[in-house]
Amino acid sequence: MKINCNCVQASKTALQQQGIDPEKMEDVLSHYADKEGALITILQQAQDIYGYLPVELLNYIALRTGNKPAKVLGVATFYAQFRLAPMGKYLIMLCKGTACHVNGANAIEEAICDTLGIQEGETTADGLFTLNNVACLGCCSLSPVMMINGETYGTLTPDKARSILASIQQKEAEAK
Amino acid sequence: MRIVVGKGSCGIAAGANKVAAAAESYLKAQGKEMPIGVTGCIGMCYLEPIVDIFDDAGVQHTYVKVNEASIQTILEAELAGKRAEAYLISDEDASILQKQTRIALRNCGIINPENIEDYIAKGGYEAIKACVTTMKPEEVIEQIKISGLAGRGGAGFPTWFKWNAARNAKGDKKYTICNADEGDPGAFMDRAVIEGDPHTLIEGMLIGAYAMGSDEGVVYVRAEYPLAIVRLTKALEDARAKGFLGKNIFGSSFSFDIRIKAGAGAFVCGEETALIASLEGERGMPRLKPPFPAEKGFWQKPSNINNVETYANVPWILKNGGAAFAAMGTENSKGTKVFALTGKIKKGGLVEIPMGAKIKDVIYGVGGGIKEDKAFKAVQMGGPSGGCIPAELIETIIDYKSLAATGAIMGSGGMVVMDETTCMVDMARFFLDFTCKESCGKCIHCRIGTKRMLEILTRITEGKGKDGDIELLEELANQIKASALCGLGQTAPNPVLTTLRYFRNEYEDHIYNHKCTAKQCSALITYEIDAEKCRGCTLCARNCPVNAISGNVKEAHKIDQDVCIKCGKCMSSCKFDAVHKN
Repeated sequence: MKINCNCVQASKTALQQQGIDPEKMEDVLSHYADKEGALITILQQAQDIYGYLPVELLNYIALRTGNKPAKVLGVATFYAQFRLAPMGKYLIMLCKGTACHVNGANAIEEAICDTLGIQEGETTADGLFTLNNVACLGCCSLSPVMMINGETYGTLTPDKARSILASIQQKEAEAK
Repeated sequence: MRIVVGKGSCGIAAGANKVAAAAESYLKAQGKEMPIGVTGCIGMCYLEPIVDIFDDAGVQHTYVKVNEASIQTILEAELAGKRAEAYLISDEDASILQKQTRIALRNCGIINPENIEDYIAKGGYEAIKACVTTMKPEEVIEQIKISGLAGRGGAGFPTWFKWNAARNAKGDKKYTICNADEGDPGAFMDRAVIEGDPHTLIEGMLIGAYAMGSDEGVVYVRAEYPLAIVRLTKALEDARAKGFLGKNIFGSSFSFDIRIKAGAGAFVCGEETALIASLEGERGMPRLKPPFPAEKGFWQKPSNINNVETYANVPWILKNGGAAFAAMGTENSKGTKVFALTGKIKKGGLVEIPMGAKIKDVIYGVGGGIKEDKAFKAVQMGGPSGGCIPAELIETIIDYKSLAATGAIMGSGGMVVMDETTCMVDMARFFLDFTCKESCGKCIHCRIGTKRMLEILTRITEGKGKDGDIELLEELANQIKASALCGLGQTAPNPVLTTLRYFRNEYEDHIYNHKCTAKQCSALITYEIDAEKCRGCTLCARNCPVNAISGNVKEAHKIDQDVCIKCGKCMSSCKFDAVHKN
């Protein structure tokens, strides 16, 4: 598909104004932009690079891959993995799978929301924590479970969850 | 002496990496540095982290629930030629493996999944070699037919039939696809196989590809399984280096290679046509069948999709003969099945048992019974597509037909055990919440019907249920089943229908008596303080977030029910067991 260069340049400028450098994903695009069926892979790698997928970036990817922006947005919003907003420094993935549910994941969620003052899917005002519920982390025998930046915490109680968050907050406060 | 640490995802979550690091630094300090081996999940998740030490005579000593401190005690004893008895696995726990028949999991927790030589030493890649060098593709399919192997992903469709259809489909390009998008909450069989024995999956796919005349394979793995992706990537590289993947395998005209595609998190992508859409970079939405993927699948080419466990059985079947596999199981279900045993169970983990065993054998025989010896209430099988099997049916035989007769399904192998404290209405609400969120939105009955069902279930658990709600749930459930396009929608009402079938009284209790017998639905319970037991320590009053508790020091306290928000903090903080839920 023929790409209108003015459009690409305008899209790049829009990204740069947001502080997002489109050149960072040039390698990904040069490798995958023309490959059929690679849209999900492009979005996954873009999210690895930028941490999230702002709408302007989706528009840029649409231009470069010859897709309609609606299609790219449609794919990005279909899958749970993709985030359209930036996340906190610490991503809390709280397991809400069946085993965790039976063993009290709701009480853990309440404790986290209480402590941080956010709801599921939100990020704290200080940009430290984002809470995401996930369907199953696959560590059912340790339920209830949460994962923070790849580290798993099992057999949680509301108190244990609170103290884990408190120790991260303390560590961050000391680092300042 | 040789040290092996179990490093499946669950072992790592329990602290296996820390234990391995502690072992390494201890050995270094002792001047006895040695490599620390890795293995996958043995299935005894409740005992993780697990460390195996093989002494110089090759005898294995298994240590369980190891931590950074105990590993030093263990190593100190082992280096002195002794055992650290306190941390050894108990005979009872060790016997759990003997109660199983492990085929798909035959190497999990035994070999090093990152070393292809370990798999080869266990007879790996001999089956594909025999297929390519001595058997015709039709003969391979015939062995699968004799074995009676059926799809382990849930539907239980005969594997040979799919392979045969793909073989007979017209076209020079055919795809062999593995569905490793294990989205069923509470199930992790596929993850354990890929993490613990990735080469068995590769060999299974090779055999399938040879039988069907396919030269390209794709494994669609959940992105939530990063370790599985790492180990499979390594296994593919090693298999290529050995010439098991690539051109002219074992000097024949058969060529085949596999690539990995990371899924992006959508339960519906477990449905094969949705999976294909996702592979093509689209929204994962199912389409009408026929045409079946065997005729028109990935990029409109003939494609075969099997689940991980199905492929994992294939090398064993070809090596031991289809008849050996068919010798296990019942008339309509052959071989073994892996289950992820979780919930209110004492010994949770992965178990593989022959078809035909009873549910009771799994829960009490292998699983050790219910946590805290509470009463067994039900077991949920088949995840969001399955159903709850009540305690009175605990003697039910595990095979496709018997489970379907209960209203549940075999499913991919999730087995979530529930006790008397699990509310069945809340359980149904939980699954509907899941399927409602995961509905792709294509069919109106599934998209809107599950939403309406969820609303009704939510209001019942909130104590706002109305006369007629049960009948309305049934009507909606039957309509969704009848009119949804794909498996997700057709089975979404199952958790509601089975709980209505076996636990209708709980629904009625919620609606008409404003009572939750399991004491889980907070709108329907009250917290009360037992004046006899209360010592007046004031702890509950100080912990109450809404100041609903009053009373003087050293006198019995009281909860103001109008103010109470039923958070349960009083109950969890009371040291005298004086707060009760009613």
